[in-house]
Amino acid sequence: MKYLALAAAGFRRHATYRQAILAAVVTNCIFGFLRLAVLLAVARAGMGDVAGYDEPRLGTFVWAGQGLIGVVLLWAPTELADRIRTGDVIADLLRPVDLVWQQLAGDLGRAAVAALTRFVGPIVVGALAFDLYAPRRSATYLLFGCSMVLATVVCFGCRYLVNAAAYWLLDARGPQVAWTLLSGALGGLYFPLWFLPRAAALALVVATPFPSVIQLPLDILVERGAPGEQVACLAVQAGWVVAILALCRWVQRQGERKLVVQGG
Amino acid sequence: MARSSKGASAPRPRLVAYVHLVRAQIRSQAQYRASFAIDLAGSVAFGVLDLVTVFVLFRVSRTLAGFVFAEVFLMTALASAAFALADLLVGNVERLSFYVRTGLFDAVLVRPLGALPQLVAMDVAPRRVGRVAFGMAIVGVAAIHAGVAPTPARLALLIAAPIAGAVIFGAVFVGTATVAFWWIDSGELGNGLTYGGHDFAAYPVTVYGALMRRLLAYGLGFAFVAYYPALALLGRPDPLGAPAHLGYAAPLIALAAAALAGLLWRTGLRHYRSAGS
Repeated sequence: MKYLALAAAGFRRHATYRQAILAAVVTNCIFGFLRLAVLLAVARAGMGDVAGYDEPRLGTFVWAGQGLIGVVLLWAPTELADRIRTGDVIADLLRPVDLVWQQLAGDLGRAAVAALTRFVGPIVVGALAFDLYAPRRSATYLLFGCSMVLATVVCFGCRYLVNAAAYWLLDARGPQVAWTLLSGALGGLYFPLWFLPRAAALALVVATPFPSVIQLPLDILVERGAPGEQVACLAVQAGWVVAILALCRWVQRQGERKLVVQGG
Repeated sequence: MARSSKGASAPRPRLVAYVHLVRAQIRSQAQYRASFAIDLAGSVAFGVLDLVTVFVLFRVSRTLAGFVFAEVFLMTALASAAFALADLLVGNVERLSFYVRTGLFDAVLVRPLGALPQLVAMDVAPRRVGRVAFGMAIVGVAAIHAGVAPTPARLALLIAAPIAGAVIFGAVFVGTATVAFWWIDSGELGNGLTYGGHDFAAYPVTVYGALMRRLLAYGLGFAFVAYYPALALLGRPDPLGAPAHLGYAAPLIALAAAALAGLLWRTGLRHYRSAGS
């Protein structure tokens, strides 16, 4: 119940920044046009099909991807790290709720706002300007919905770990830069990972959390492969959710031992 | 208030003041050594990332909108170096909205220094030197790889193009930051044209549709960052029919862009109203 209240608070908090949401959607749309133009040029140099994506699939991949980065919130300000540095985090720790869970609940509330605004916006613009691929199997919509939730949790976990680095480093800017680089390049945002050699792409999907944030949800959405592959994608994501949340809890416990709050 | 840039101090002491601001910033950032080292490495890595995408795209395709790898690689390198240089020198003006919202901009205006140079000097990010150095090196590599004939004119263009490109990107950085004078919550809107402009310039303009070309390649001048200079360097005619030596006009386009950005900045500054706090 308390988590529901925290999620609702996250929803209300982020629903307040309507202008910021609009600005973000416009920005995502600009990148949608840019990225898709390049990928379509690649597809047209071939026979209109590249690494298992035809032109409409590339369209959906790019535009839904631009919406998805808002839902999972790939680039977030390092709010928690700042609270750790200033010592404000002590107010969060005094609450009778585990810090990881309270932050996750708030983030899911935020993601709900984003799903209704930042996800829908680019899809509508993309669908007006291009022929996008609409999933043929109705089960895909359900699978994608689950996948988006899992992606949000994986992304939350990664961001949490980046922020928690501040328990040791005080300044989380370094890890933040590393995350920005890796999540975009290895997550499938700049190019579908299947453009890489198959073995490398598979290794990334299984051994790193990044593809679970962008690449796998989009592969499920554009129905790249049989229904079995979609379920496999979902399973990989679920595995990463468990692993990363466990890691967050462990890091948080270690961090609390390390934390020294000055003043009084 | 807007006239504070014409303070009484002579040019030399003013320059000294900027140098002090930059030095203080560098010293303060170098305090967190581990983070600074990672930041520096990260900056280089962003430069690498610009190239990785091109390598990956050409893994699955032999040509891109009529251009082969060596040609696109040269454009990407030029765009990357130009962007890195602009980001190092004026990239921080995107923090203007933060200054306006918190009222800190008042403090900037009451000092007897120019508002724009102060903003730039106060937030300079020395870590970005990494990406600039890497970008410049890659321009050299790409030019050799593409077999650019080393005539004096082409060598001059090879040096001038990243600088002109940086001025164009810098103008866009300043121009988009100015939006914060009118719309404080514009957030990442400017990124669409700054980072987006970089992405646009990194590929041949033949990749894009007619409308995008008109708006971004010619309207905002991004075609003069890498595309036309690269064509002039390669001695390759423009498939879209522009004169072969158009790339040599890049510095002129850059000057025009800078003048326009300056005009926008002054207009915005006059529009600025303090939060009064």
